[in-house]
Amino acid sequence: MDIILGVRLQDCTLVATSKAATRGISVLKANDDKTRILNTHNLLAYTGEAGDTVQFAEYIQANIQLYLMRENDTELSPKATALFVRNQLATSLRSRKPYQVNVLIGGYDTKTDVPALSWIDYLGTHVELPYAAHGYAAFYCSSLFDRHYRKDMDLEAGLDLLRMCVKELEMRMPIDFKGVYVKVVGKDGVRAIEL
Amino acid sequence: MSRRYDSRTTIFSPEGRLYQVEYAQEAIANAGTAIGILAADGVVLACEKKVTSKLLDKDGSAEKLYHINDQMMCAVAGMTADALILVNNARVTAQTHLKTYNEEIPCELLIKRLCDVKQGYTQHGGLRPFGVSFLYAGYDDRYQFQLYTSNPSGNYSGWKATAIGANNSAAQTLLKKDYASDMSLRGACELAIKVLSKTVDSSNLNSDKLEFATLSLGADGRVVRKIWSELDVDLLIKELGVLEKADEE
Repeated sequence: MDIILGVRLQDCTLVATSKAATRGISVLKANDDKTRILNTHNLLAYTGEAGDTVQFAEYIQANIQLYLMRENDTELSPKATALFVRNQLATSLRSRKPYQVNVLIGGYDTKTDVPALSWIDYLGTHVELPYAAHGYAAFYCSSLFDRHYRKDMDLEAGLDLLRMCVKELEMRMPIDFKGVYVKVVGKDGVRAIEL
Repeated sequence: MSRRYDSRTTIFSPEGRLYQVEYAQEAIANAGTAIGILAADGVVLACEKKVTSKLLDKDGSAEKLYHINDQMMCAVAGMTADALILVNNARVTAQTHLKTYNEEIPCELLIKRLCDVKQGYTQHGGLRPFGVSFLYAGYDDRYQFQLYTSNPSGNYSGWKATAIGANNSAAQTLLKKDYASDMSLRGACELAIKVLSKTVDSSNLNSDKLEFATLSLGADGRVVRKIWSELDVDLLIKELGVLEKADEE
């Protein structure tokens, strides 16, 4: 029941993830960060089966870092990163025990100066979208995104949109998700931002 | 005396040399010349054809020029059979990269992979090293046009103009003298023929003796790789009149 949201703005991508780590009916932690920085301009947000999630995210992170080292600090583009992740999930799906992880990848392509957002589920479905969400959050936020999203949105407008989403989630969702962490992936890399 | 350290590829001689690897490099020094020149708007690879029997049936493919992927080509000097193994390996590597990342493999990464294979045979025993040197012409969006060479030891290096195979030192001296970094692809082709005309021991150079390949950018920004037909090679030689010019000097 974790919440992960992503919005692609004019010059950056926003990723929001809930802070609560839950198990059954208990909240175990109220400052859980469900993202991993893959390289300077790519951020992976994940949700899914506990255990699988962090294991998978860090495996991906390690492989992207390895590529970075082998390639003399040349970064993999957001598209290539997303495709790599998709491939890993698709391979995993066909193994004996697949990773049950859904991810969003927020990126910024430094070559073309274009932000990117990828939605990938545990089946290996990959779509590039202007805004995306996984799980229950998608039910509550999709309509808000559909109504209020503009492709020329700046950071402030994007944050306003996320505030609306969080407000809606707090009102409608039966559980307390302890608020969200918001990260911005832009030209200068990944940074956290207060909502 | 040195015989004792000859038999295994992986044993150092007392002077710290690997004889088998050096012999492999020696074998290449007797193979046909291949030269590569990096121009501002492309790369040219030119090779000397060794097998020129009239009875040889031409199947249309080049003797020592190979496509690796949409952005790379290579020229071979040494044992063609060994080269085919490595070229096949390179092609698979390139396509695997394309499959996982949906992006063409960066030139240097592919060459690095290939050289890892070559290096392996200088360290893991029981087998002989690959008896081939390569010239790679490539394009990627990071460094644009590139020219590399690699040898049996597994070393590789990037060049503006270089030669491998027979007479490579003579060819390199000529290249050093006449190379200009602002050269056009046309100028590079001219230089390639000029250099080959002096290093190949044949009185009249024609398409029976030469193989040409160029890499350039098309009007749509895509990479154009071309292994030249005999007709095109003859035409170039005729148009440039390089051979007559060389005679006058």
